[in-house]
Amino acid sequence: MFRERRVSHGELGLGGKIVVYALLFAGLLLFAFPLFWMITTSLKELGDVHKLPMKWIPSPVEWSNYTQVFRDAPLARYIVNTVIYTAVTMFAVALSSSLVAFGFARLKARGRNVLFLLVLSTMMIPPQVTMIPQYLLFNKFNWIDSYLPLVVPAFGGSAFIIFLLRQFYLGFSKELDDAVKIDGGGYFTMYVRIILPLSIPSLATAAILEFMYRWNDLIGPLIYLSDGSKYPLSLGLSNFTAAYAATPWNLLMAASIVAVLPPLLLFFFAQKYFIQGIVITGSKG
Amino acid sequence: MNSAVSARTQARSAGKKKRNSELAREERAFWLFISPWTLGFLLFTGGPIIASLFLSFADYNVVDAPTFVGLRNFFDLFHDKLFYKSLSVTFYYAVLSVPFTIVCSMILALLLNNKIKGQAIFRTLYYTPSIISGVAVSFLWMWLLNPDFGVVNSLLSDWFGIKGPGWFTKPNTVIPSMVLMQLTAIGGPMVIFLASLQSLPSDLYEAASIDGANRLTKFFKITVPLISSVILFNAIIGIISSFQVFTQAYVITKGGPDWNSYFYVLYLFNTAFAQFRMGYASAQAWILFIVIFVLTMLALLVSKRLIYYEYDDKR
Repeated sequence: MFRERRVSHGELGLGGKIVVYALLFAGLLLFAFPLFWMITTSLKELGDVHKLPMKWIPSPVEWSNYTQVFRDAPLARYIVNTVIYTAVTMFAVALSSSLVAFGFARLKARGRNVLFLLVLSTMMIPPQVTMIPQYLLFNKFNWIDSYLPLVVPAFGGSAFIIFLLRQFYLGFSKELDDAVKIDGGGYFTMYVRIILPLSIPSLATAAILEFMYRWNDLIGPLIYLSDGSKYPLSLGLSNFTAAYAATPWNLLMAASIVAVLPPLLLFFFAQKYFIQGIVITGSKG
Repeated sequence: MNSAVSARTQARSAGKKKRNSELAREERAFWLFISPWTLGFLLFTGGPIIASLFLSFADYNVVDAPTFVGLRNFFDLFHDKLFYKSLSVTFYYAVLSVPFTIVCSMILALLLNNKIKGQAIFRTLYYTPSIISGVAVSFLWMWLLNPDFGVVNSLLSDWFGIKGPGWFTKPNTVIPSMVLMQLTAIGGPMVIFLASLQSLPSDLYEAASIDGANRLTKFFKITVPLISSVILFNAIIGIISSFQVFTQAYVITKGGPDWNSYFYVLYLFNTAFAQFRMGYASAQAWILFIVIFVLTMLALLVSKRLIYYEYDDKR
């Protein structure tokens, strides 16, 4: 007599399911297409790149494009520079932000809340405001054309990541701290023994966010680096076509694949920590 | 008895002393733990903010000593055609891209919120394009949207017989093209919408179903009000980030054609690091801060009436 009542707003009938699948698959074509096109173009001969009608699948498959980009530009050098730069800054930001976040989350002191507001308010000032005096300062230090201006500030932590980690650290039980206190441990023991092990997933998330940001950053290296042998991938890639008369799109796409591959790989291997926390465990069904 | 009292007060004051010293110890530890931030703030943020304020009232070319010029930089800015051009380009981009991003990422989040097979895989695949950004992706879109032999225009002419637009090469299409380019990179706001959709209480939907509300009504009467604070969050983040666009413009168009993609930060960068007019560029940076601040406050103010917070005391 009564029609069966649909409970949750997330439940779909058969028709609804078909519509959702159709939309998702159609959208996926759109979302996957740019990357697909990047890959196929990177494997074409230059003559086939502009051929009409378009060639969807490259034939012959020019794997040599990839070796050629490494010959034409010091791509290997750029990769080494970028890996060292992102690894050091990632480590620096994660470590220092975590220490600071521990202070703000777990230790009481006069003026703490005012200071924390100051941390948050620094996020509102566009980086362009501090960019110019920082450049002048590093110019005085004779640090221009080195990685120091890009790396050293990372040891001060990042306001965004301090905020993120503090939210996590507030969630851990206070009794854990008391247990350390009873055992006669100090605050550093508390941090190393309790907070650090518990916060590995949140630290990993913070580290990956920092990695993505540093890997893709163009404006920082552009300001501070002029010696081509010190270029990271972002800057090297942006000058990649300078040596050619016309843009070799197949080579440019091959070099671009080389540039996006590490973040993509990192994302796939670290997904468990990265979006799972927000996206996958959040859904209870 | 007297001695007992004094012993007790003595013990109490000793305890107080101990507690005080413990508090002092905790306070010392606090300052030690936050010292990386304190040092970083003084050297690389707080100091430079003050320095930048001073510089905005000066002429400085890095080589010669700065000379104080009062408000001249700001007056000059208000007579600078490129300042207005870059500001209006950036506004135009923000006005197009913020609503576009919010609508697209919300639709995607609604789709991905359904209980279907392969939900986790779909979510991952849709998130993936937003991992890659920067120079490589700018080149990719330069190629896809090349007016003469890019794949989009080739498909338009092959399949529909339409002559495609000039995309990045024509003054009136360059900004919409930049907005379109962001389409596949909406993973960030999408994830935030998804998280908020999952926290919605299902009893409201049950009640609405009993009242015979259809999907559309439920969406506009329940879902939108409940996630309005998240819409605001994404809007503010979107406004801030669209006012800081740099890489796309630097790589793809260099500000062209005819200054129509001369984004504000690109102009600021050129003033500071191509022309070394540090004072003028500092003034530009402060105007940028004021614009972002005002827009953020405006968004907060306007939304105050429109947003529903579940735990609102004033209700």
